[in-house]
Amino acid sequence: MLKQVEGSAAVAEAVALCRPQVICAYPISPQTHIVEGLGKLVAKGSLAPCEFINVESEFAAMSVAIGASAAGARAYTATASQGLLFMAEAVFNAAGLGLPIVMTVANRAIGAPINIWNDHSDALSQRDCGWIQLFAEDNQEALDLHIQAFRLAEELSLPVMVCMDGFILTHAYERVDMPTQEQVDAFLPPYDPRQVLDPADPVSIGAMVGPEAFMEVRYLAHAKQRQALELIPAWASEFKRVFGRESGGLTHTYRLEDAETVIVALGSVLGTIKDTVDEMREQGVKIGVLGITCFRPWPTGAVRTALAGAKRVVVLEKSLAVGLGGIVSSNVSASYMGSPDLVHTVIAGLGGRAITRHSLQKVFTEAIDGLLEPVTFLDLDYAMVNRVLKREREQRRSGPIAEAILRELGVVAAKIG
Amino acid sequence: MFQVRIHGRGGQGVVTAAELLSVAGFREGRHAQAFPSFGSERTGAPVVAFCRLDTRPIRLREPIVEPDALIIQDPTLLHQVDVFGGLTRDGYILINTSRTFEELGLEEFASGFRAERLGTVPATEIALKHVGRPLPNAALLGGFAALTRQISLESVGAAIHEKFPTKVAEANIAAAAEAFAFVTQQMREAASAQAG
Repeated sequence: MLKQVEGSAAVAEAVALCRPQVICAYPISPQTHIVEGLGKLVAKGSLAPCEFINVESEFAAMSVAIGASAAGARAYTATASQGLLFMAEAVFNAAGLGLPIVMTVANRAIGAPINIWNDHSDALSQRDCGWIQLFAEDNQEALDLHIQAFRLAEELSLPVMVCMDGFILTHAYERVDMPTQEQVDAFLPPYDPRQVLDPADPVSIGAMVGPEAFMEVRYLAHAKQRQALELIPAWASEFKRVFGRESGGLTHTYRLEDAETVIVALGSVLGTIKDTVDEMREQGVKIGVLGITCFRPWPTGAVRTALAGAKRVVVLEKSLAVGLGGIVSSNVSASYMGSPDLVHTVIAGLGGRAITRHSLQKVFTEAIDGLLEPVTFLDLDYAMVNRVLKREREQRRSGPIAEAILRELGVVAAKIG
Repeated sequence: MFQVRIHGRGGQGVVTAAELLSVAGFREGRHAQAFPSFGSERTGAPVVAFCRLDTRPIRLREPIVEPDALIIQDPTLLHQVDVFGGLTRDGYILINTSRTFEELGLEEFASGFRAERLGTVPATEIALKHVGRPLPNAALLGGFAALTRQISLESVGAAIHEKFPTKVAEANIAAAAEAFAFVTQQMREAASAQAG
């Protein structure tokens, strides 16, 4: 059924259709509306049987999800930003134990300086934790990916993180097609665990493993993720058969035919990029887009194929490997068969900085004209940066950077653009 | 695509107004996207929300920097925030005020726009009368429907019904209807003044 709803409400309803049995909740913006929505459904009795557990921290949220999943329950939680960092130890444990928990990450920057706005620093900080990581382009895909995530997690016995841009998607009202319970039931069978804490058939989960077997356990985690590269497209096809629309899969390509320049990105910024590419195509520029839906496992083959005809690649990412440059671009470079000089990194949208068509067209044109540095920061205020650097050269006690910049800007209200 | 930017203060229902507008657009079979300015809003602080309406799916995620229409919920923002920034020359402006553009000191500014696209409505007074609280957003959406004809008053009413319990919804719908009539009359007078 078509609905005009907030992204968080759409995800809450989709998760409920997946019949989770345990939901662990700890509030943090911009994720909170999702678990609030689920809490209301449990309180009303329309999501049952389901235990909604208010926990005392994110670390507890993931720990309770681990316990619930090990006991054979379909478990779900959601978090963002510092919340994801606070649960990091348990996040690795969930993957190491092979427990099929599904978690939404409403992507948000990581402090300091504290910032509640969107970028991908949180999810990408956990890129090596062993979870499958899927990125939604819009609210329809966010909703759909959750349904696919439970199936994927339980088939592989691996946890899945569904990443959706905080505020930009979670707080946006847009049209979604909400599936029926029958459709979701047809796609997602009841949870049949590979391992379960059952008093009738006791096992222990979480043994200490020494040098004699640790490598093998880790290798199997890697092998399972690489196996997922084959299963994810297969389930996306199955999803299309049941729900009648394309969603998920490893990558989405757009206007790649004859494209000499390919823009690579994750998440909701792909929409703005596609509009920009349409404008540039009208001007005769041979440019296309590769959207990464599945960031972990990294779809090496799909990326390599999509970039095979590219003369240059621009990776636009909402994350920063401080001291290196791009995180996504490092992954892209490893899959690109052309010269590494032809892969440009554009860091954009950190901490919620708006990414506009105007700035995108400018930076893409610079790439095509051969003017782009290997690593570029979109719309960075260099004058501001240089003033700070000058002050640091001149004054030993130059003071806290963030506060000095805010004072210079005289910020009283967030700017529109 | 028709792009609307709504300026107000935290607590006035700016985000709800954008949401209701998007639901009204959706009910008319259009694609609609509403989103807030994502600030950590505090009561009374300047707040912006956005709504796009289109016949095609909307992919664009940038903030609305060149709006086709502005709804200004609080006229005290006029001298604090660049509320008119990026407005197209053919743009619409609706201000919540019982004063005129001239009385607000906007006469010279307004002369650069099409007079029949500039409206004022005492939405807070209308809300107090019908709803009993100074929440002008339903009335402003009624006024917006009259000014721009982008959505119908019926769709605004249906969106309000979807969001609020029946009693609150009916009071807000009455406010929207009065504002619709007010702005319609204002437009008629402006048209006859121009013709005369």
